[in-house]
Amino acid sequence: MAQTRWEPSLSREWNGFQNQMRRLFEGPWTGASAFPGLAVSYPPVNIWEDDNNVFAEAELPGMPLDKLEIYVNEGNLLSIQGERQAGDTQKGVWHRQERGFGKFTRTIKLPVTVDADKVEAKFENGVLFITLPKAELAKPKKINVKAE
Amino acid sequence: MRNNTAVEQSESRSEALPFETTENALYTPRVDIVENEDELTIFADLPGVTAQEVNVRFENGELVLHGRCAPRHPGVNYLLEEYGVGNFYRAFAVSEHVDSERIHAELKNGVLTLHLPKTAAVKPRKIAVKAH
Repeated sequence: MAQTRWEPSLSREWNGFQNQMRRLFEGPWTGASAFPGLAVSYPPVNIWEDDNNVFAEAELPGMPLDKLEIYVNEGNLLSIQGERQAGDTQKGVWHRQERGFGKFTRTIKLPVTVDADKVEAKFENGVLFITLPKAELAKPKKINVKAE
Repeated sequence: MRNNTAVEQSESRSEALPFETTENALYTPRVDIVENEDELTIFADLPGVTAQEVNVRFENGELVLHGRCAPRHPGVNYLLEEYGVGNFYRAFAVSEHVDSERIHAELKNGVLTLHLPKTAAVKPRKIAVKAH
């Protein structure tokens, strides 16, 4: 029996509002806002895959590329590390300080083994996008079923 | 007559809004605000927003910052999703000591730097002391 999900027509509106309220009070930012620069896990990362690649994306605004390092160890450990420095405004009064600064390291275990030699990364508008091609062994292989 | 005026006001306000509030998720960007002798500087983290999609308006003593950012990979099944992508919105009340004609901004690597120069009347002046 097919299951149907009932989604009220107002849900999109409510979801937007609820999501906004939820993000105000939850998520990695509540921990980070107490100690700027010492985030719970920085940077926040999104990971997804298709048959041939694993993709990772992280938001790193204002990150100078020469201070950013990306490693792939042991075939499935992705490591992003770097240092973001505070602006060059040494003198002046800080009215508000919300952005984090300092060194960070984040190591993520990927679900499959990837080919470290073929990993590509690009950095655009403050967003780091990494494409990690899967190792041949890790790609899904279709198995044919013979009917008798 | 009173009803008509109220409706007109709300319609004109919704035209003034540059975006629909139900388009995408809406995020508040993190900002740093620094005050120097010459200007107030606001740094805002707007990752993923290009210069064409940033809208900065100064109106009635209020500085409104809006950045449009559509989800970059719609319809993807995430293995790990720690952040969402959406529009940014933040508004600041700016005192009259800011010279609104000379406000300028630049966007680099997802960081918007807003310069709000102070009016000349408010800048600290060093007063020379003559010794007799």
